[in-house]
Amino acid sequence: MAKNVLDFEKPIIELENKIEEMRKYEGHLDISDEIKTLEEKVLQLKKNIYDNLTRWQRVQLARHPERPYTLDYIYMITENFVELHGDRLFKDDHAIVGGFASLDEYKVMIIGHQKGRDTKSNLFRNFGMPNPEGYRKALRLMKLAEKFGKPVIAMLDTPGAYPGLEAEQRGQAEAIARNLLEMSRLRVPIIITIIGEGASGGALGIGIGDRILMLQNTWYSVISPESCSSILWRSWDYKEQAAESLKLTAEDLLEQKIIDRIIPEPLGGAHKDHQVMANRLKAVLKEELAALIKVKPDKLVQNRLEKFGKMGVFQE
Amino acid sequence: MGWFKRKKENISPDSKKTDIPDGQWSKCEDCGEIIHNKQLEFNTWVCPKCSYHFRIGSEQYISIIFDKSSFKEYDKKMRSGDPLEFTDTKKYTDRVTATIKKSGLNDAVKTGVGKIEGKKAAFACMDFGFIGGSMGSVVGEKIARIIDVAYEEKIAMIIISQSGGARMMEGAFSLMQMGKTSARLARLADAKLPFISVLTDPTTGGVTASFAMLGDVIIAEPKALIGFAGPRVIKQTIGRDLPEGFQRSEFLLENGFLDFIVSRKQLKEKLSLMISYLTN
Ligand SMILES: [Zn+2]
Repeated sequence: MAKNVLDFEKPIIELENKIEEMRKYEGHLDISDEIKTLEEKVLQLKKNIYDNLTRWQRVQLARHPERPYTLDYIYMITENFVELHGDRLFKDDHAIVGGFASLDEYKVMIIGHQKGRDTKSNLFRNFGMPNPEGYRKALRLMKLAEKFGKPVIAMLDTPGAYPGLEAEQRGQAEAIARNLLEMSRLRVPIIITIIGEGASGGALGIGIGDRILMLQNTWYSVISPESCSSILWRSWDYKEQAAESLKLTAEDLLEQKIIDRIIPEPLGGAHKDHQVMANRLKAVLKEELAALIKVKPDKLVQNRLEKFGKMGVFQE
Repeated sequence: MGWFKRKKENISPDSKKTDIPDGQWSKCEDCGEIIHNKQLEFNTWVCPKCSYHFRIGSEQYISIIFDKSSFKEYDKKMRSGDPLEFTDTKKYTDRVTATIKKSGLNDAVKTGVGKIEGKKAAFACMDFGFIGGSMGSVVGEKIARIIDVAYEEKIAMIIISQSGGARMMEGAFSLMQMGKTSARLARLADAKLPFISVLTDPTTGGVTASFAMLGDVIIAEPKALIGFAGPRVIKQTIGRDLPEGFQRSEFLLENGFLDFIVSRKQLKEKLSLMISYLTN
């Protein structure tokens, strides 16, 4: 049984366990009707719960430790992945991974934040929080992709850029800023997908592109609900309210016209069926790639400028 | 304010024999010197005794940098919307309305075009006094538009930054202003037009991680706090005290992220000189 169960997942898991238990007796007792009833009940319960998730619950799903991460998707949707390491300046940051891969007929550069799944791998990946060298590695790979005419696919999943002493010393802000500028004029297609957490500048640092997609149960905003709560409410206790106020879900961002498209997740979330999620992502990426590779580089860059130029709400 | 305020309170209304008229004097936060406001203004709001740079707003910077009456403001009336209908302990719209009333500003940046020793330049200056100089849609849009003016008129772009970062109350819209402004700067750079970034106390968060760090030349006032994460957050993360001078201008210069540090008294002549070097 799953080790990581969110509060609102509990009633579902309990019912599923019950069904599992009854199945053991199916050979001895005539209880198939009862099982069927329970199965209908669990489906109804799931629909009820997942159709009415609060924004905070979405945030929890986006952080679910059993969700697929960048490397999981890379292995599920591409072939011949060659990971490329290092920023050529300081070191190799394990919180951002990247390299060339084949997505069926398309040869692409895939870059993404990478979280770990247990304590050891999380320490290795710094919980998906990049240092400046991560952003600089990403930029190096993107320039490499540009040089050889390969589209860039970026997967965003970070709780934020690492707020450490050395990160500041090595220019965390400069590294992110540089990427925003260079990505905005990169002369190959860039497709961005938020696959988990899109936390602020740490996410945007590899997030400028021609198409911006979000998986259904992910979030993207200027600050995490917890930090927002601590600053505006001066307490850590208002994260649910902060999540509501920030309007940070995929549906919210589509309505705000900041993203282009939502990719539906399997019922219960991406972690319930990695392969189904990966297949859907792959299909969408191929569809988007097919359209974007037809656009001339000058037009691509011009459209990107205009795309971000339109974002914002003000009165004159 | 220390003794200065206490003394004022001790003066009874009928014994007005003080030489210090109310509101005409300021106290240096660093050395405690009491300075007459006219002297302070003459000295570009720098303490004559210890060179502490008082925090000033866009209006003052315009008076320091631009030739007399040469500055023309753009998009003066632009005000923020409330795309998220955001509420924390109070409504965002109420917060904005109150800040406009209190500060006399419409948002956290003033933009326009003026002349510096006769050289035309596009200009943006942030105001920390407006919700911590935070960048929302108005700041992003006004900066993007003034970069477009620099691009169209083929003149230098100068931005003075002073900001706590992105404006939380506009959620993802605020975040995207980083992308919007950086993309415009990319176009400006492709046209080989100069961008000079001036960092003042404080410049942190999303502003540092976008246009502020993208200057062809990046300069800062002395001792300004400049960084991505705020010192409090970093301290919490690493669980120990931060070294003296960490994230200050001198620290950034030492680590290779600034071209030079400039005293506000020399700001105008340095900007003028840099424009002359950064023009074909
Ligand atoms: Zn002083």
